[in-house]
Amino acid sequence: MPTDLKLPVLSANDFASDQDVRWCPGCGDYSILAQMKKVLPTLGIPREKTVFISGIGCSSRFPYYMNTYGIHSIHGRAPAVATGLKSSRPDLSVWVITGDGDGLSIGGNHLMHCIRRNLDINIVLFNNRIYGLTKGQYSPTSPVGKVTKSTPMGAIDNPLAPLCIAIGCESTFVARSIDTHIKHLGTVLKRAAEHRGTSFVEVYQNCNVFNDGAFDYATDRDTKAETTLELEHGKPLIFGKNRDKGIRLNGTHPEIVELGKGISEDDLLFHDEKAQEPTLAYLLSRMRYPEFPEPIGVFREVDRPKYDEVLNAQIVEAKKAKGEGDLQKLYNAGDTWTVG
Amino acid sequence: MATITAGSHKPIVELESATVRFCGDSGDGMQLAGTQLTNTSALAGNDIATFPDFPAEIRAPRGTKAGVSGFQIHFASKDIFTPGDRVEALVAMNPAALITNLSDLVPGGILVVNTDAFDEKGMKQAGYESNPLEDGSLSAYQLFQIDMTRLTRLAVEGCGLGQKESDRCRNFYAMGLVFWLYDRSLEPTLRYIDAKFGKKSPAVAEANRRALHAGYNYGETTEAFAAQYRVHKAELPPGTYRNLTGNEATAYGLMTAAKRSGCELFLGSYPITPASDILHELSRHKNFGVRTFQAEDEIAAMTSVVGAAFGGAMAITTSSGPGIALKQEAMGLAVMTELPLLIINVQRGGPSTGLPTKTEQADLLQALYGRNGECPMPVIAARSPADCFDVMQEAWRIAVRFMTPVMVLTDGYIANGSEPWRIPDFKAMPPIVVTHPDASTNGHEFHPYARNERLARPWALPGTPGLMHRIGGLEKQDVTGNVNYEPENHQHMVNTRARKVALVANDIPLQEVSGPQRGKLLVVSWGGTFGACATAVRDVQDAGGSVAHCHLRYLNPFPRNLGELIGNYEKVLVPELNRGQLRMLLRAEFLVDAVGLNKIKGKPFIVEEIVEEIQAMLE
Repeated sequence: MPTDLKLPVLSANDFASDQDVRWCPGCGDYSILAQMKKVLPTLGIPREKTVFISGIGCSSRFPYYMNTYGIHSIHGRAPAVATGLKSSRPDLSVWVITGDGDGLSIGGNHLMHCIRRNLDINIVLFNNRIYGLTKGQYSPTSPVGKVTKSTPMGAIDNPLAPLCIAIGCESTFVARSIDTHIKHLGTVLKRAAEHRGTSFVEVYQNCNVFNDGAFDYATDRDTKAETTLELEHGKPLIFGKNRDKGIRLNGTHPEIVELGKGISEDDLLFHDEKAQEPTLAYLLSRMRYPEFPEPIGVFREVDRPKYDEVLNAQIVEAKKAKGEGDLQKLYNAGDTWTVG
Repeated sequence: MATITAGSHKPIVELESATVRFCGDSGDGMQLAGTQLTNTSALAGNDIATFPDFPAEIRAPRGTKAGVSGFQIHFASKDIFTPGDRVEALVAMNPAALITNLSDLVPGGILVVNTDAFDEKGMKQAGYESNPLEDGSLSAYQLFQIDMTRLTRLAVEGCGLGQKESDRCRNFYAMGLVFWLYDRSLEPTLRYIDAKFGKKSPAVAEANRRALHAGYNYGETTEAFAAQYRVHKAELPPGTYRNLTGNEATAYGLMTAAKRSGCELFLGSYPITPASDILHELSRHKNFGVRTFQAEDEIAAMTSVVGAAFGGAMAITTSSGPGIALKQEAMGLAVMTELPLLIINVQRGGPSTGLPTKTEQADLLQALYGRNGECPMPVIAARSPADCFDVMQEAWRIAVRFMTPVMVLTDGYIANGSEPWRIPDFKAMPPIVVTHPDASTNGHEFHPYARNERLARPWALPGTPGLMHRIGGLEKQDVTGNVNYEPENHQHMVNTRARKVALVANDIPLQEVSGPQRGKLLVVSWGGTFGACATAVRDVQDAGGSVAHCHLRYLNPFPRNLGELIGNYEKVLVPELNRGQLRMLLRAEFLVDAVGLNKIKGKPFIVEEIVEEIQAMLE
């Protein structure tokens, strides 16, 4: 979308509401909020055209802190609220803010259907692998064995991988970033905003009160080069402090190889975020620490018809075919009879 | 009843009204037969009321009692409100249909049976131990035994249809016969056949035409029937009429309300019996700017409506009891965010999945009190199929005037039933005024929860510069709308939301009564029981009984004169298709010793039941 030059130039502060931010000190949410406020002024979309919609959970307080329109709705339902709004008001830029519990547990159904419809909205899922607002029960992304208040002997259910769900629903934009990786996060949010269709972004977010350190492996300065892999379109999958390791496909299985010793970059898996088939993106979404470095960045970005666009195109088409609706004609349609 | 001999070689008996029921297997096309007789009777100028009654299963095992589908139509030359207590003519396509419907046929009534279906297997499935056509058990009726399957096959021979397809024309044969019996024109049905099958399948069209004529000619030429019946035009108020079901009237009413208010209609809905037809109807009218969203579930349907309302649409969700239960949390969000939207509950038999295709009015308390917390919402109910048209518009008027969700109750009986609808003049309808604040806040901070004299807050739409605000389910501070947990504020807000809904009473008409303004007995009813209650009261009044009738459209809040009005009668009778929900509300609100007449059988009241109760109370 071209920036209208007549628009006032906004700064991050212009997007801050007058409400005190009430997340726990040190929460990863602050960083996401800061990046969002930085990204929005670069999009050229006026504040009044922007709407943040959330469900329930720590992350879902987000809309209160934005000086835009917003709805802090009910648990899990933000994608459905957004569907109603965006379908009837395609002129608005709509963001859904959710978490691992809100989006994948109570609201799993709505998330899935929103993504498959490819509504032109952006969904940011703050994944802290715990229920924070209800004070520390395990979430659908908590690992097996996780000891929490509700799982004193360890969680026994297999966790969901948010990106696997999104890709399974054939999301047209799938990305992952990390709360402390602020530059990367900003870039990913911007790309999500620019994508037409449902953009799904998972952000690894540290809950320093109930699940502190859940993502240390991916954020620790000493280890992150080995445990994460930054995806770049058209580039081979290389990682490691010395960028000496890569991912190669062995049949349909990824494997870690060391570069040199007869293996060159050309032998590696090349990232193709534009691949129409979601197979590669799914394979990447399955790569998990500690077996693999976890990919961050854009997994997939493809174009597909957008629900709101097609819905509204049908209205235009119907009007063209049948003419603008005339109630009196409708009343009188079919068999009528006259008395008196 | 007068007998005259017309040009036809059979005498014509004139009737004031007639009640006919087609019944057969759910695959026998009985709903279509009923609909066609309805339309043709409506076009003949009769007043009509219909009652389609079908099983929840799309195709229960053939020939079983579970699979019996029926359609009853009452057509008259006088003003009628119900599809009739008992039927005067019954067409039974198989033994299961006969055994399940016979008790509703008046003694001496016309009974037409398809003898071809009365084989050993068919009778066994229905539970007949001996053949009712032979054992004398039907001697109280005028029995006409017609081998409809064979005759239909003969009639359609040469159309190129297989046996199965040929047999599917049987309902047209039955229609033809009934059309002859009641001196009805075949034209509307011939037009229907042409429109439905003419292009797509000329052979099927021809076969149906032939079957229809064959049935008609059977009545005309055979000696079986001694007379024809005729029901003259009804004296309806002047105007142009058409036949309309409750669900159609609901859809039209919603579209009309959208136009009158200048809002675009957004429907978020999940398929559910008996409400789905509203979704179907609205989906057909995209050229009116109607957006329909078939959501992934009931909760998404409701929450999508909250989103659409926030954006300025006329947002509606339609459902039935179980779906409404799922939506309740999100309705609470709508109450908290004070957004105008409509929730339409086409009630059915409950609890749980209950009786999906049968009627009941047991969701009144759910409508009023089904949500967590103190969560008031105006509730209004339609009384008949055509009344749905008016009620939907009234609901939207209240919603936007008071910035509140409104629940509208209809039920399966009026949703699927139909009656003549006097076509209104759209141009004569006043606008429904909707206002949105504009960008000029005169430099002041925008207050999303500032209120007008009706306690309604402003409906500020996204896209309006300067009015950016956040709403949500957490308790609000009055005026600013900021999240607020203070005890005094919560009490204030709970009371304010309740007062706002109570103020609706000042904006609705005073309650009226038909009959004596004070006296011995008042019948209070609401919703789809109007027809039966009004007819019962009229019958008793005609017989000299002192009874009045008060039918409520507004259930929350009640009309402001209701308490006083009820106090003018010694006794109060509240007939309801539930265990006494309105009665409980009346007792709680007005300390009145109301008596209930409660039926929970998945069926509407029959007039006689109410008449008996009125008479007992008058004694």
